[in-house]
Amino acid sequence: MNIHEYQGKEILRKYGVAVPNGQVAYSVDDAVAAAQRLGTKVSVVKAQIHAGGRGKAGGVKVAKNLDEVRTYAEEILGKTLVTHQTGPEGKEVKRLLIEEGCDIQKEYYVGLVLDRATSRIVMMASEEGGTEIEEVAEKTPEKIFKEVIDPVVGLSPYQARRLAFSINIPKELVNKAVKFMMSLYTAFVEKDCSIAEINPLVVTGDGSVMALDAKLNFDSNALYRHKDIIEYRDLDEEDAKEIEASKYDLSYISLEGNIGCMVNGAGLAMATMDIIKHYGGDPANFLDVGGGATAEKVTEAFKIILSDQNVKGIFVNIFGGIMKCDIIAEGVIEATKQIGLELPLVVRLEGTNVEQGKKLLNESGLNITAAESMADGAEKIVSLVK
Amino acid sequence: MSVFINKDTKVIVQGITGSTALFHTKQMLEYGTKIVGGVTPGKGGTEVEGVPVFNTVKEAVEQTGANASVIYVPAPFAADAIMEAVDADMDMAICITEHIPVIDMVKVKRYMEGKKTRLVGPNCPGVITPEECKIGIMPGYIHTKGHVGVVSRSGTLTYEAVHQLSQEGIGQSTAVGIGGDPVNGTDFIDVLKAFNEDEDTYAVIMIGEIGGTAEEEAAEWVKANMTKPVVGFIGGQTAPPGKRMGHAGAIISGGKGTAAEKIKTMNACGIKVAETPSVMGETLISVLKENNLLDQCKTHKS
Repeated sequence: MNIHEYQGKEILRKYGVAVPNGQVAYSVDDAVAAAQRLGTKVSVVKAQIHAGGRGKAGGVKVAKNLDEVRTYAEEILGKTLVTHQTGPEGKEVKRLLIEEGCDIQKEYYVGLVLDRATSRIVMMASEEGGTEIEEVAEKTPEKIFKEVIDPVVGLSPYQARRLAFSINIPKELVNKAVKFMMSLYTAFVEKDCSIAEINPLVVTGDGSVMALDAKLNFDSNALYRHKDIIEYRDLDEEDAKEIEASKYDLSYISLEGNIGCMVNGAGLAMATMDIIKHYGGDPANFLDVGGGATAEKVTEAFKIILSDQNVKGIFVNIFGGIMKCDIIAEGVIEATKQIGLELPLVVRLEGTNVEQGKKLLNESGLNITAAESMADGAEKIVSLVK
Repeated sequence: MSVFINKDTKVIVQGITGSTALFHTKQMLEYGTKIVGGVTPGKGGTEVEGVPVFNTVKEAVEQTGANASVIYVPAPFAADAIMEAVDADMDMAICITEHIPVIDMVKVKRYMEGKKTRLVGPNCPGVITPEECKIGIMPGYIHTKGHVGVVSRSGTLTYEAVHQLSQEGIGQSTAVGIGGDPVNGTDFIDVLKAFNEDEDTYAVIMIGEIGGTAEEEAAEWVKANMTKPVVGFIGGQTAPPGKRMGHAGAIISGGKGTAAEKIKTMNACGIKVAETPSVMGETLISVLKENNLLDQCKTHKS
């Protein structure tokens, strides 16, 4: 799960990670009032959307007085920002962060991420702050330093120190940088983050080491133990169909095409998209109904697919293991009973309880094209939607 | 012969009284798996499906002599369940549960260092040695005994591959689902090593997906060490970057973990990669022919 920068900073502040003072604003008047309360000479008006690259897209402005805060807030609020992470349609700005300006001496990068090769959390740091870390990794990998963290003892001060010295933090500020990194690690593990990126981390003229930006992502599998993080969810930033799907624990991702897919298992769901493309079609979505789905969940999944205006046909591809074919059949029948079905529907069933499933569909009277294999099904649905 | 499990494997089911576990305990018993006990804290002394239930794994092992455990415990408690199996010195712990928090698995992996247990999963379909032992949730009827090893990050794609093989008259030695999480127990290389050493395995299908670099590392290992032909498939060739495709581990991030990258490395390491998931079987057959192994791998009529 993603959150906004200002929310990330709220969390970090609680863990003693230094961040600039700032306040969220939902309107232009809010923004001016927030700047007034901050009372600093210079303040920064920052667009809050769930995507990086805001600065380059004109979503971050430095204001030298309250009039400028008003001007920039008017300009940015309601604007659709297009960055390399938003896609061409962009994202509308509905919230601003008004933050105190600070006297930046130098920018660095600090990040925490899971390292799959070692099955450990790794802290990465670089002197090349402000640039995307992927770009640094590609062009100058020698400028990225890493410390692999033992989960039993956590990040050790010597590791943080080693990073701080490696990236040339001024030596009188190394202790502050160490404290920053240690607190960041604590926040990461206690809140079950999947990514924590501080880019840039800055050293200021008055000798502070603080997070000028903060990107925190959370492990959705751990949200059950973090009610406070769930509160931060901003539904405006998510796809409506994906929100609906998440209510039923369905793994759904919107895509551009016109063939709706309902599949069990993430691997098979991906492969189903691949094979539809292979036969010249275009999938409208990724949908894994999961292992423990009930007929009710399958019904909802089917409705979500049908709510997509682009969908011109549906391919149900099931290889039952933990999922039973008869449950899928019941769900499909129930959904079509509730909302009707005018689109072509191709169903391929195999695996656990396959005979019961096929029987239910045969006796349902629904206009279903049966497929013998996934290739057969993909070919059939592609030709039916053409 | 086979890898990891066989007809002598004695299995306990952790979380046996849950509905999913019960259903699959029944299926495993029907398949002929030696399920000798179950564990559900607080239900010790009862019996389900004719199987005795214990309060702790330790007690279950002492009473039954089990050497493998299959875990269906719900995600919030699953990491603890794995560690309990490891503490009881199980040879194998196979964790079916999905949605375990990553940080829990990081701790589990650290806990397992120096311990004897092999963990398969989590978020996996399990392991099956056809006609001997089925541990997990895979549909038993599609499998046939034979000489092709299958290893996969995806449950349903494993079924797909096995089904295609069986339809072509090619049986399997063992099929291992290693699971779709970014932190798991057994990895591709562990399974490939085991297949390489198994006299009864003549060739291997390896099924990967987007995210991470496990497939690339496995391909390099194959090139350097494998004496048997390996074919592959990678799911998610059309997946958009930055989106988690169901499996916690299936995500293209920072331009890394793409299917194209994996396929390129696999090809370079001598692994023929099936173009679509429906030709995994065909691709293997073509490679078996090239290696004069097809007759030996034909175990039944197609």
